[in-house]
Amino acid sequence: MAKKAESTLLNMVLVLTIIAVVSAAALAMINNVTEGPIKDAKQAKTEAAIKQVLPKFASLKSTKVLIEGDKDSTNCNLAYDAQNNLVGIAVEGSTEEGFSGHIGIMVGFDAEGNITGYNVLETQETPGLGSKAGEWFQKDGKGNVIGKNPGTNNITVSKDGGEVDAITAATISSRAFCNAIARSYQAFQLAKGGSNNE
Amino acid sequence: MLQRIGTIAKNGLIKENPTFVLVLGMCPTLGVTTSAINGMGMGLATTFVLMMSNLVISCLKSVIPDKVRIPAFIVIIATFVTMLSMVMEAYLPALFESLGLFIPLIVVNCIVLARAESFASKNSPFYSLMDGLFMGLGFTLALTLLGLVRELLGSGSAFGMKFIEGDAMLLFVLAPGGFIGLGLLSAIVNHFRNK
Amino acid sequence: MKLLNVSGSPHVHSGESVKRIMWDVNIALIPMLLTAILFFGLDALFVSLVSVCSCLLFQWLIEKFLMKTRTTISDGSAVITGLLLAFNLPSGLPLWIVIIGALVAIGIGKMSFGGLGKNPFNPALVGRVFLLISFPVQMTTWPTPQGIGGIFANSTIDAATGATPLAAFKEAVKNGTANLDMPSLMDAFLGHIGGSMGEVSAIAIIIGGIYMLCRKVITWHIPVSFIGTALVFSAILWCVNPSHYMDPITTILTGGLMLGAVFMATDMVTSPMSKWGQVVFGAGCGLLTIIIRNWGSYPEGVSFAILLMNACVPLINKGFKPKRFAK
Repeated sequence: MAKKAESTLLNMVLVLTIIAVVSAAALAMINNVTEGPIKDAKQAKTEAAIKQVLPKFASLKSTKVLIEGDKDSTNCNLAYDAQNNLVGIAVEGSTEEGFSGHIGIMVGFDAEGNITGYNVLETQETPGLGSKAGEWFQKDGKGNVIGKNPGTNNITVSKDGGEVDAITAATISSRAFCNAIARSYQAFQLAKGGSNNE
Repeated sequence: MLQRIGTIAKNGLIKENPTFVLVLGMCPTLGVTTSAINGMGMGLATTFVLMMSNLVISCLKSVIPDKVRIPAFIVIIATFVTMLSMVMEAYLPALFESLGLFIPLIVVNCIVLARAESFASKNSPFYSLMDGLFMGLGFTLALTLLGLVRELLGSGSAFGMKFIEGDAMLLFVLAPGGFIGLGLLSAIVNHFRNK
Repeated sequence: MKLLNVSGSPHVHSGESVKRIMWDVNIALIPMLLTAILFFGLDALFVSLVSVCSCLLFQWLIEKFLMKTRTTISDGSAVITGLLLAFNLPSGLPLWIVIIGALVAIGIGKMSFGGLGKNPFNPALVGRVFLLISFPVQMTTWPTPQGIGGIFANSTIDAATGATPLAAFKEAVKNGTANLDMPSLMDAFLGHIGGSMGEVSAIAIIIGGIYMLCRKVITWHIPVSFIGTALVFSAILWCVNPSHYMDPITTILTGGLMLGAVFMATDMVTSPMSKWGQVVFGAGCGLLTIIIRNWGSYPEGVSFAILLMNACVPLINKGFKPKRFAK
């Protein structure tokens, strides 16, 4: 077995410095290589979520709108076809009224405000109950909201007189989901108004 | 030499299995094993870090002064973990997201430091690499097994393939299921190991 | 004679008395079984039977084949676990879920620690909480009680399901609609409310509790301090804001509070030994129950509260040692 280096001050400082410098250099190199792909992967993820909730589109433009009474603005992604007509808007909406607080969703509206799709992005709802929102309100789910228009349809749970069937044993989460849709619709109207004024 | 590798392999996979026998690295074991894929991903990530850090530390063992060996080891381990996390984020974003916080936490995983201290700093680079490989594979095996059990019982699927409609016993995908599953698995493994 | 009073918990060693105590508890559970059948029909009987039989079976299997010891199923403790587990379940629960609950209660809650007298947690509650977290939908689908005629209604499969008073109240508070149809106190007292099979009827629980007190199976300390603390704490909250918190009487009559206080928290194996220790234990249970009910995400907190306090028992025993005999 090789003899260990002695623990003199010079030795210790020297060895640690060299290890730190070499590590830093290696990390800088790797960072250089991966920086681009990381950014692409993140963007691809957002775009995939938008594509899921909207009909086919050619280009995207994102904008921020502030819903009345909110502190933070809401992200809206306006989608245009090749002729530069508005196809729809994907709103990154949210609500704080879930059973465990925050729920983040991506909702797609076509130009008339009909819901074309949605995607639950963040949720801490009870597994097996409120967490079902990801499938429950889809087209073949029991509480289908796709194709409905919050402007003309009453998007609240049937217990409150609305048209949406609530998730079994998770009325609060279902109400929160409807609330998130309603808030997203507000953002949609603001974003649409903004794009018309341009 | 083959015999030596055989001993190392047996140690890492069964006799001193990091999860079931040494009970090291419980944080990722309980945290990420909600599915077999997650457990496997975490295990392989840890295996990579273990091999690289064991190799480098074994090469440097005669240069590193004794009194600062722990900080030196940690810097080396942290470097590899950071590299790994950047590469994963770039090329395996889905797995990176589901493992989340637990990737950077490999730095403080006791297995990595324990093998550096108890094996790599005393043995040659080649055997250290082997030790890292088999310890890592033992960890991967345990995590995949636990993930598989929890996935089967908790969501009725295996490696993402669903067997039943709807939900199974949700408790097993939640935190208490990790503890109960690990306890039951350890009991079974140790029962056969002692025979 | 005062010197010879048998108090509190540590009787687990002498064979015959364990048996007597256990069967006394079983007798005390009969009124609840009767009210459960009365209000929820034959379903309640089936769930209880399946639960008791599978508890006995699992205990026998584990003792015979895993531990390879003398089987002890005749001591009646597995019957208690089975009955208490059933009383903590909704009557319409699919029977295979009941069997899983019995396996967890006996296998994980009791036998993995070494059997009767060695388990730190109440086995029936371990099974119940396991089921509650694992099958939240089935475990919160409460058939509405049928009234006295429930036993004659031929099937409860199509029977209406409704929320328990606690769940309804929690939802109403969350939505700011506090004027709610709460059950009358008389209904809550007799058991004509939604909920688990055994927890709905306060009067049946009180009858069983009095029987156990007379037979000196339990002492008054835990039930009184449990219910008393819950009463006082919820009364304070109610005085602060009556529209946001439930009134104290309804609080103790709804949910599993009475059942927990009389039958679950008083389990000898899992409660403190000394009298003062038991008072502290009961007070902790009451406090935690109200805290979980009002600020937790589950509408009911009795089982969690008792399990948490079970975990504190060794600590309480350290602080409140029973008086030494002849000192």
